[in-house]
Amino acid sequence: MKRSNAPIFWLLFGAGGMLSALLGTMLVFITGLAVPLGWPLPADLMSYPRMLAFAQHWLGKGFLFVVVMLFAWHGVHRIFHSLHDIGLPTNAAAKVACYGTALLLTVIAAIALLSIGF
Amino acid sequence: MTRKPYVRPMQGWWRRDPFFVRYMVREVTALGVLAYAIVLAVGLVRLAQGEAAWNGWLQTLRSPASLVLHAVLLVSMFVHAKSWFEIMPKTMPMILPSGQHIAPATITRSGWAATVAASIVLFALAWWWRR
Repeated sequence: MKRSNAPIFWLLFGAGGMLSALLGTMLVFITGLAVPLGWPLPADLMSYPRMLAFAQHWLGKGFLFVVVMLFAWHGVHRIFHSLHDIGLPTNAAAKVACYGTALLLTVIAAIALLSIGF
Repeated sequence: MTRKPYVRPMQGWWRRDPFFVRYMVREVTALGVLAYAIVLAVGLVRLAQGEAAWNGWLQTLRSPASLVLHAVLLVSMFVHAKSWFEIMPKTMPMILPSGQHIAPATITRSGWAATVAASIVLFALAWWWRR
């Protein structure tokens, strides 16, 4: 019997759902509003030397990779399963398009973080 | 020649019932989670490309369009977090070793409390790191 690959996608979806539920709101607030507006956090919080140091540290690097990867896999999994609800086909092409997007984002994040160095 | 088969129209099915509307609102937040992953991935690429590229990305984050986008993403993430724990008693029903079921409201409220705690910790870390 061929094993189903569904548990892998489901695990990534579940982990991403939990992480984004716990941290997503505050992360969006910090990176998308507080720092760009300079209030209540200073605008130079995410200056180049600081973010470079953050991304070079193994802990920061791991955090950034996990957030991008799990958020991406969580998003595409739910989008794929919502396609039918809006009358779109859920064929192999749709599956490749959805999970391919998450895979692409994972690879992009990995390459960027590795080229930033340690 | 075959005739075109009848396909029952699905247009606007979810507008018929408030329950379906809530379902669709919840599902749309998946786009928000994916969009934020894309924003961050672009940021990582710009960071890897050097200081000028990174400053350009920061400049884009300060644009009105980006601020509006992130305000929408903020609401989307909030709705996602709220609904994630609302359906958690169904997706992850918990039973104590004694065989007693944990009340759905307890699971949901614990999840919300965890999100509030994690948000406070995350903001405190950013605040502490700011110097």
